[in-house]
Amino acid sequence: MSQHSNYWTANLKLVGLCLAIWFVVSYLFGIILVEQLNTIRIGGYKLGFWFAQQGSIYVFVALIFYYANRVGKLDRKHGVHEDDD
Amino acid sequence: MSLQAMTYLVVGATFALYIGIAIWSRAGTTKEFYVAGAGINPVLNGMATAADWMSAASFISMAGLIAFMGYGGSVFLMGWTGGYVLLAMLLAPYLRKFGKFTVPEFIGDRYYSKAARVVAVICLIVASVTYVIGQMKGIGVAFSRFLEVQYEIGLMIGMGIVFIYAVMGGMKGITYTQIAQYCVLILAYTIPAIFISISLTGNPIPQLGLGSTMTGSEVFLLDRLDEVLRDLGFADYTTNARLSLTNMFAYTFSLMIGTAGLPHVIIRFFTVPKVRDARSTAGWALVFIAILYTTAPSVAAMARLNLIDTIEPTSGDYMVYDERPDWIRNWETTGLLAFEDKNGDGKIQYSADAATNEMVKVDRDIMVLANPEIAGLPNWVIALVAAGGLAAALSTAAGLLLAISSSISHDLLKGIWKPNITEQQELTASRVAMAGAIGVAGYLGYNPPDFAAGTVALAFGLAASSIFPALMMGIFNKRMNKEGAIAGMVAGLSVTLLYVFQHKGIMFVADTAFLGDMSPNWFLGIEPNAFGAIGALVNFAVAYAVSHMTAPPPEHIQHLVEDIRIPSGAGSATGH
Repeated sequence: MSQHSNYWTANLKLVGLCLAIWFVVSYLFGIILVEQLNTIRIGGYKLGFWFAQQGSIYVFVALIFYYANRVGKLDRKHGVHEDDD
Repeated sequence: MSLQAMTYLVVGATFALYIGIAIWSRAGTTKEFYVAGAGINPVLNGMATAADWMSAASFISMAGLIAFMGYGGSVFLMGWTGGYVLLAMLLAPYLRKFGKFTVPEFIGDRYYSKAARVVAVICLIVASVTYVIGQMKGIGVAFSRFLEVQYEIGLMIGMGIVFIYAVMGGMKGITYTQIAQYCVLILAYTIPAIFISISLTGNPIPQLGLGSTMTGSEVFLLDRLDEVLRDLGFADYTTNARLSLTNMFAYTFSLMIGTAGLPHVIIRFFTVPKVRDARSTAGWALVFIAILYTTAPSVAAMARLNLIDTIEPTSGDYMVYDERPDWIRNWETTGLLAFEDKNGDGKIQYSADAATNEMVKVDRDIMVLANPEIAGLPNWVIALVAAGGLAAALSTAAGLLLAISSSISHDLLKGIWKPNITEQQELTASRVAMAGAIGVAGYLGYNPPDFAAGTVALAFGLAASSIFPALMMGIFNKRMNKEGAIAGMVAGLSVTLLYVFQHKGIMFVADTAFLGDMSPNWFLGIEPNAFGAIGALVNFAVAYAVSHMTAPPPEHIQHLVEDIRIPSGAGSATGH
């Protein structure tokens, strides 16, 4: 059981990291700091506007695959992975 | 070939394809009716989930709303994609490990209580029916345009089609059908966007075109849009926040956790072959969703620009009403676009000032469908967009109706009232429930509480405030007991529903609103569409407080929670 609780703690840490990034690219860059970031431009995009309408979405996709990959490794490391059939 | 004939042809051909697939894989047993064959790989399942997810709100409505909201419309973009991150990390793998068919089943078992299961069914039905109202609005708009009839008649025809479609299909048919639907809808969305992006900026990738300069000029497209809007008296497109940043924060949060709490999306993750597939299916679903969602901002900005260029071809010189293009005449027929020559000069002035603005009605939900016509694209593109819009609306409506009907027939009837019911009776009950839900949603769709995406946002708020917290605490808080979960769901749903009804009318009948639907009446300046965020916080707080005043859950439930937290030992989903 202690092995499982180690797994769970490691998983929670990973989720915490991913959700921190999730928060930063959407709520922080896209909403809270949007005015400050809008003073920076990439091409025709104001940066805050870009995060709100484009950037955050790209990061979300990357985050899910990153999480799926990392937690898959955790599964194996802690011996709680599913059978390969 | 005329536009109307072409539209019939393309819509007819895509429908024949979906119905053909549905018949070919017609649902036989109850299990197949609810859930698709479990052997579908994550990429295809992700594609089907994306089609299921992207509804009339995403396809028909969202870009139109963004076109008029500008930066404020970002709430839809972030909200309806960011929820997948939560789904992949907080819910999907664990619900898959749990291995049952429906959300109320999980809640009933985890909270060892039939009462909890019934409360979950109620929450689910309230959210799903609201969602279907939004779909009905979109379906009504699409049918009214391509049949060239009034919105109300289009809606009636749409209801009939949805009924035939959903009752015949069942989930198995729907999974393969939805893969076909995804292909149709994504082509229909991106092809016109590419055409328009090339014509305005010379860049074939709409996501890049939006950040590029206008063809034959050094001015960036977004800068030009800001300037044109400013001249007409509107706020800048790129900085125009939705009410306030607090409201945008709440709105986005409500949509995100609503995404992770909506039963018709979650249900797909119950049936993937493995726990790890649940995680990657969420990722693939978001890939396919992101293709549309990153294109939408370009569609929105370019449609607004093209609309203004049609009404005001050169600065200060407006369109002569009698010389208006065909697309305007067609949309006037539906009653969703209207002009009024207030100053009698025979021209149509467009302005932020309500006293002089002569484009008196532009239903936001027409923008995506009208977009290729405004840009003067070929007829086959316009027809394809109509087919795509219908694909989006129908696939989601079918998925939702399935969630509603299965919760009534499986959770209420078989699970609680009549455990001995036969499979055939259960199937019949679920079809009757579907017909009932279509009737209610269609009736309320005559006077929807908001544009399609706004109505759907209300549904997300309801799911956010009721289902999501109960699911999340069920997995992450071992101490959460039935008293806490039930009190939380009831409190969250009631607070949200009360807030929505007091501003939007009881059961969305506008005359019964006892506080007007306007910002001075809003709590912390948060609009009803965004209030699910507050409802969810109330849910969490009440559940936490009540659970600490009552006995902890029994030993075997705590073991159950420990068990669903690890992937190993997952069987396939079972119904009992």
